[in-house]
Amino acid sequence: MIIKNLTVRFGAFTAVDDVTLEIPQGAIVGLVGESGSGKSTLAKAVTGLVRYTGEISGADTRRIQMVFQNPYASLNPRMTVGASVAEGLRLPRADRAAEVERLLSLVSLPGAVAQRYPRELSGGMRQRVAIARALGARPELLVADEITSALDVSVQGSVLNLVRSLREELGLSMLFISHNLAVVRYVSDVVAVMHQGRLVETGPTEEVVDAPRHDYTRSLLEAVPRLGRVS
Amino acid sequence: MRHLLRSPAGLAGTTLVTIMVILAIIGPPIWGAEAERINPSAILQGVSDAHPLGTDNLGRDILARVMVAGRLSLLLALLTTLIGAVIGTVLGALPSVLPRRGARVVTGTVNALVAFPGLLLAMFTAVVAGLGAKGAVLGIGVAIAPGFARLTQTLAASVAGADYVSAARMLGVPRMRVMTRHVLPNIAEPLILNLTQALGSALLALAGMSFLGLGVQPPSFDWGRLLFEGFSRIYDTPAVALGPAVAVALAGIGFNLLGDALARAAARTTTPAKAAPVPAARQEIEEPDPEAVLEVRDLTVTFPGGVTPVRGLSLTVAPGEIVGLVGESGSGKSLTSSAIGGLVPYPGKVTTGRLRLCGVDLAELPEQERRKLLGTSLAMVFQDPMASLNPALRVGGQLAEVATVHQGASREKAWERAVDRLDHVHIPEPERRARQHPHELSGGMRQRVVIAMGLMGTPRLIIADEPTTALDVTVQRQILRLLRQVTAETGAATLFISHDIAVVGELCDRVVVMYAGRVVEELPVDQLVTGAAHPYTRALVASLPDMDTDRSLPLASIPGRQPAPAEVGAGCAFAPRCALASDRCAELPPLIPYGKAHSVACWEAQ
Ligand SMILES: Nc1ncnc2c1ncn2[C@@H]1O[C@H](COP(=O)(O)OP(=O)(O)OP(=O)(O)O)[C@@H](O)[C@H]1O
Ligand code: SF4
Ligand SMILES: [Mg+2]
Repeated sequence: MIIKNLTVRFGAFTAVDDVTLEIPQGAIVGLVGESGSGKSTLAKAVTGLVRYTGEISGADTRRIQMVFQNPYASLNPRMTVGASVAEGLRLPRADRAAEVERLLSLVSLPGAVAQRYPRELSGGMRQRVAIARALGARPELLVADEITSALDVSVQGSVLNLVRSLREELGLSMLFISHNLAVVRYVSDVVAVMHQGRLVETGPTEEVVDAPRHDYTRSLLEAVPRLGRVS
Repeated sequence: MRHLLRSPAGLAGTTLVTIMVILAIIGPPIWGAEAERINPSAILQGVSDAHPLGTDNLGRDILARVMVAGRLSLLLALLTTLIGAVIGTVLGALPSVLPRRGARVVTGTVNALVAFPGLLLAMFTAVVAGLGAKGAVLGIGVAIAPGFARLTQTLAASVAGADYVSAARMLGVPRMRVMTRHVLPNIAEPLILNLTQALGSALLALAGMSFLGLGVQPPSFDWGRLLFEGFSRIYDTPAVALGPAVAVALAGIGFNLLGDALARAAARTTTPAKAAPVPAARQEIEEPDPEAVLEVRDLTVTFPGGVTPVRGLSLTVAPGEIVGLVGESGSGKSLTSSAIGGLVPYPGKVTTGRLRLCGVDLAELPEQERRKLLGTSLAMVFQDPMASLNPALRVGGQLAEVATVHQGASREKAWERAVDRLDHVHIPEPERRARQHPHELSGGMRQRVVIAMGLMGTPRLIIADEPTTALDVTVQRQILRLLRQVTAETGAATLFISHDIAVVGELCDRVVVMYAGRVVEELPVDQLVTGAAHPYTRALVASLPDMDTDRSLPLASIPGRQPAPAEVGAGCAFAPRCALASDRCAELPPLIPYGKAHSVACWEAQ
């Protein structure tokens, strides 16, 4: 999928400024930047939730799905997990249960979870359910906006592992948004750095992380807290 | 249900409504015949033993009629409320389903109707629909519908913004289905609660209509009708009007109280009541450490219902030392800091074996002196700097106030010091910033202001609770540096609370790891990566991706979740998630020394 000259304005304020970005088939593109840099607005533009100018080509925009930041707000508390996951399915009723089970197993959840309600699940499990629901629509692109930032470190790992295995097993393309550079580095093939609405640097993960070209990228990298590095 | 009966209003409401319902069921079969029995020899009698409320113009016993009229009154009220609720909910839900233009028309109509006087609307409808019970029910029903519509609209709008509704839209779920599956079920509860109250109002309104002669017509009778018939005699035999009036009032009050209590009970989040008892004060407490700035022994925080978020926690912080308190959300980090600062909200209960600040036992100080000591020697920095700043005051003034109140400084001196402190925490142009309000500063700058506020005195202990969680990494780094600098130059002890073990690993000298309200490991920071002994600490470190993580390997993760404060059992709380758990772990492992400056609470520490 190719995003070309995408701009989003709120009145006089330009939240996303002339962004051009390619998300290759089967790749995870990581988008980093500070709060207010326009990451979420770009995500919303790509999923059609805000108006934008510019062009998105190479993907059916109706087949773009999004996973949200807060797993406690993204599942209907009154619906069972199975019912939530089944919502996006375009299948005859009889085949749905089997498909729900398949989707849950894709995100490494036991089929029995389908009968449970969101409140009975941990944040990490809910986030898996939200991913399973999005996968049910057979997306061409999955937009993940800060999907681990509401999770504790102890469960973040399993969600990140899942993200990577989905790419490997399903060849899923993904726009993975996070303010956490270590997380983005771990899952992404390509890293794009956003600053004040513009993309300041884009490149293969190793290159951006090991040999940043832009000053802003360098200051971001420098600021990442590191275990055992006593300042 | 238990909550409902606990409050006097809830109890009264439930009792009244129960009585009314029983009356509606048993009234007609028991008193029906008597209420209809015409007795020409007892016309228009007053109060007597045979007729406690007198008789009417056909000699019928009024008490019996009041008892019988309950059924019709309640049924009509119920019908009215249902009509109002159905019309109202549909009107309120329509804007979310209709295309934009239709939605605007419906919203406008509802707004106009809400502004229209309810009584006029009711009378108008009643007159159009025809005199009698049918007209009254329809009239009142129509009159209460706009209120319901408005409520539905407001509630629906709040749910329509939820992420799960966006997700459903993105999946292509049709509008109607979004409404019926996602929106309505999630607003049903407040709507139903409102229904109970509406029932009370409908009852009163219907009685009003009957009283005006617009409602129930003879030979049927409800309380309003009885009131209407008795009213002309109110001066010579007040009891004939009083009986039905009291019945209407009690029923109306009952439903209103019950609705109110239900709403309050629903707003309360219920907590499970079962919990393992916290072992009371453990072994003998050793001698106090004269050097320590903060010494906490066996700190426990409990809330009613067996909720114990902090369980026998012990902690020591030395001068010039930065101790990191880490743990996942809900492990009790913030409550620990609140307990130290005496800020645990009601109805939390704090017990300690010992709580010493700067060598003084806080429990032994009188209230006033304790406050003074906390006020001058403890500085607290929270995640949200606005929690510590008054949005209406200039930041310089807020800082200066600390000096004038606690140190008795003059206003000029205090202002000077405030500017100096702002400069000290690296705020550019401190004179100008001092004259600004908090909202004119960025998040990072506000956090600096809060730190500067702590530096107005000479803090002995700085407690920083997730001070950088809301900040960007680059700003976070500056704040961490500042904390380190401040700790070094004041020689204060710093307790730094964070869920981010990487931040703690970079800033702190010593790390205290909490899990489910207890300390599970305490170790020097340089041992964190390679020398951690508790399975939880090891898993935390392993699951954290950093800039050197091998990208070809999967990350470690911990299955399951931390038990809620009310679910913590008697043994090791980590056992359900622990790969090393054995039978022994059903018993609580004590926190015992494990090498130099290192202690662990685990039977299998390695
Ligand atoms: N509806 C809106 N109207 C006006 N301004 C908006 C609106 N939505 C976002 N913005 C602004 O756009 C900018 C970018 O917002 P966005 O939420 O996309 O940033 P972000 O980088 O994702 O931030 P965070 O990491 O905090 O979520 C911000 O300055 C924000 O205030
Ligand atoms: S005490 Fe047992 S369950 Fe607890 S951490 Fe140690 S080995 Fe695991
Ligand atoms: Mg964002």
